[in-house]
Amino acid sequence: MKRIIKTVSAIVLGAMILAAPSMSALALENSYTYNYDYWGDVQDSPNAYTVTKVFPAAAFGLELNFKNPEGLFVQGDMVYICDTGNNRIVQLQRTGTEQFEVVRIIDSIKGDTSVKNLSGPTDIAVSEEGDLFISDKGNARIVRVDSDLNYKLEFGLPVDSTVSADATFQPSKIVIDTAGRVYCIATGINQGLCKYEADGTFSGFVGATPVTYNWMDYIWKRFATQEQRVRLASFVPTAYDNIYMDQEGFIYACASGQTEEDLDSGAAQAIRKLNLLGSNILVENGEYPAYGDLYWGEGGGYEGPSQYTDVTVMDNDIYVCLDKNRGRLFGYDDQGKMVFAFGGNGNMDGYFRRPAAIEHMGHDLIVLDSLDCSLTLFTPTEFGELVYQAIEQFDDGDYNESGESWRKVMELDGNYDLAYIGIGRSLLRQEKYHEAMDYFELKYDDDNYSKAYKQYRKEWVEDHIVIIVIVILVVFLVPLTIGKIRDIKNEIDIADIFRI
Amino acid sequence: MLAALRRKETYQKYFKSLKFALYCITHPLDGFWDLTHEKRGTYAAANTILFLTLLIRILKLRYTSFIFITVYWEDINIFLYIASVAFPLAMFVIGNWGITTLFDGKGRLGQVYMASCYALTPYPLIQFPLMFFSNFVTVDEAEFYSALSVISLVWAALLFVAAMGQIHEFNLGKNILFIIASLFAMLVIVFILLLFFSMISQGVAYFISLGKEIMFRL
Repeated sequence: MKRIIKTVSAIVLGAMILAAPSMSALALENSYTYNYDYWGDVQDSPNAYTVTKVFPAAAFGLELNFKNPEGLFVQGDMVYICDTGNNRIVQLQRTGTEQFEVVRIIDSIKGDTSVKNLSGPTDIAVSEEGDLFISDKGNARIVRVDSDLNYKLEFGLPVDSTVSADATFQPSKIVIDTAGRVYCIATGINQGLCKYEADGTFSGFVGATPVTYNWMDYIWKRFATQEQRVRLASFVPTAYDNIYMDQEGFIYACASGQTEEDLDSGAAQAIRKLNLLGSNILVENGEYPAYGDLYWGEGGGYEGPSQYTDVTVMDNDIYVCLDKNRGRLFGYDDQGKMVFAFGGNGNMDGYFRRPAAIEHMGHDLIVLDSLDCSLTLFTPTEFGELVYQAIEQFDDGDYNESGESWRKVMELDGNYDLAYIGIGRSLLRQEKYHEAMDYFELKYDDDNYSKAYKQYRKEWVEDHIVIIVIVILVVFLVPLTIGKIRDIKNEIDIADIFRI
Repeated sequence: MLAALRRKETYQKYFKSLKFALYCITHPLDGFWDLTHEKRGTYAAANTILFLTLLIRILKLRYTSFIFITVYWEDINIFLYIASVAFPLAMFVIGNWGITTLFDGKGRLGQVYMASCYALTPYPLIQFPLMFFSNFVTVDEAEFYSALSVISLVWAALLFVAAMGQIHEFNLGKNILFIIASLFAMLVIVFILLLFFSMISQGVAYFISLGKEIMFRL
């Protein structure tokens, strides 16, 4: 007996020693890119993007370093950087995969205006015909100039009963639509986006966030005195942080600073897609809302929800949000499902100190860091390109090819939920319902599963209709016949004529 | 005991009492009265119903369509899962018996247990077919599943109330009052258990540290 115990304990001890190095190997650090699965568990993922290069001002041949740059705009291969602290806008042209050249530096405008020098430009937008719209915050105006910087028009303080006439107009972010209308976020105005017609007149506020408040505050306020009430925070809509107009003319607006409860309950959204009426039409079919990180605990000195400071929307309807809290980028597809998440705070390439703006150029992403005063260029990896390819092929109606691309994605990352659902959707379109069901079931996609199952059930019933009818007939007719036979037998048994 | 198992009447009685559960759930007042007063229920049948309830609750995890139940298997502890039904039931039975004995309740501990188990009958009865049914529906038809599922629970709850009233020979008001009192009794039991276990562990820890100290000094 003792020997047995000794042997067993020796084996156990040996196994533990052998297992020890492999156990420590399990405790690897998380990968740079990650994603959330159905359960909200972090799944490491291959990199969707890698840093091609980080550009400080000197890399463009600029003598004066950037100072607190805030705005970024991309049109074609042109990049505009609003160097807010230096009162200038730098226009760059991308000449190679990792090469930019300075086209011009805009620090003043020409023409029929008294104030010619820009003062703290925070954002810029360029129309298709080449007119520049500059949010000239220090001069309290949004100015429209032609491509040669000749003054054309000016947009000023909104003329509205809710805005005090002697307030200073502080436009921070602007977008323009194809008709030349301007939508602007202004500091101190939380009624929504200020909308201006093409001729410069203010035409109203659109898309204010719904007011949120919690019940404790509300009750507390009912009992507070007038003086206390003034000091308490008032229930006002959250002002947006940044806006982006996608190619279809919908405005994506992001906001930060919502409370955790509001985000959790869905009362506040970190990102909204506004239609012309200013209502939110963002599709959120994902398991989790598009508010970035799911875990808000303190880690590395950062806590709380992700704080979106900018958003950009690619042509394939994937929108990438920039989180200034943890310095991360979150990509979501048109269904609101997370495509990738990566980044972090730090000094290494691909990490940020105070990310301020994001833009895309094709599939490449450009991030402006206002503290590090640099531009980071991200290029998709093979994995990222495959994901985009699969999504674009599906949107174009090439369902077979999309399925194939998703299979390649799955080969690179077997923990990628979108790949399974993508393959399933492609099979669904190819009318291979039963196979599609398997893929949807693996990733708990009940809506798509139901779609596939409905068709499969229909097909099954149509194929087996003869058997079904026979079974029903048997189930109903056999007891009936047996009953009838028994009745007859009974009648014969009790019939008088057979009695002797 | 073994001799009883060999006799045919034992099985007849068992199946008859199991079948009586079906009468109980359709005629609760009459059924639960006869259950103890006419001795038409058996412990074997009560245990069977409880076992089936626990079994089907576990089977549901695996065989219900993922549309209704998605299971994070890593977090499932089968013993905890069984205890999540069995432990509250045991506490209710003991708490209810403890309180009602003080206030003219006619039921004995075993009878309370038996009636409680019989009251669970609708759960396995409805959930078992429902488990298979769930695999043949889509999200749009999910309402049928949810409705039936709720019916099984509400039905069992109503039977519970009826059973307690009949076992203890209480009228409705007194019955409901004592069911609520039983819930408080459950809380008291939990409190005492917690107290008991923490005291025990503290006591054990004390003697262990005492032993360690002595070993250290030697």
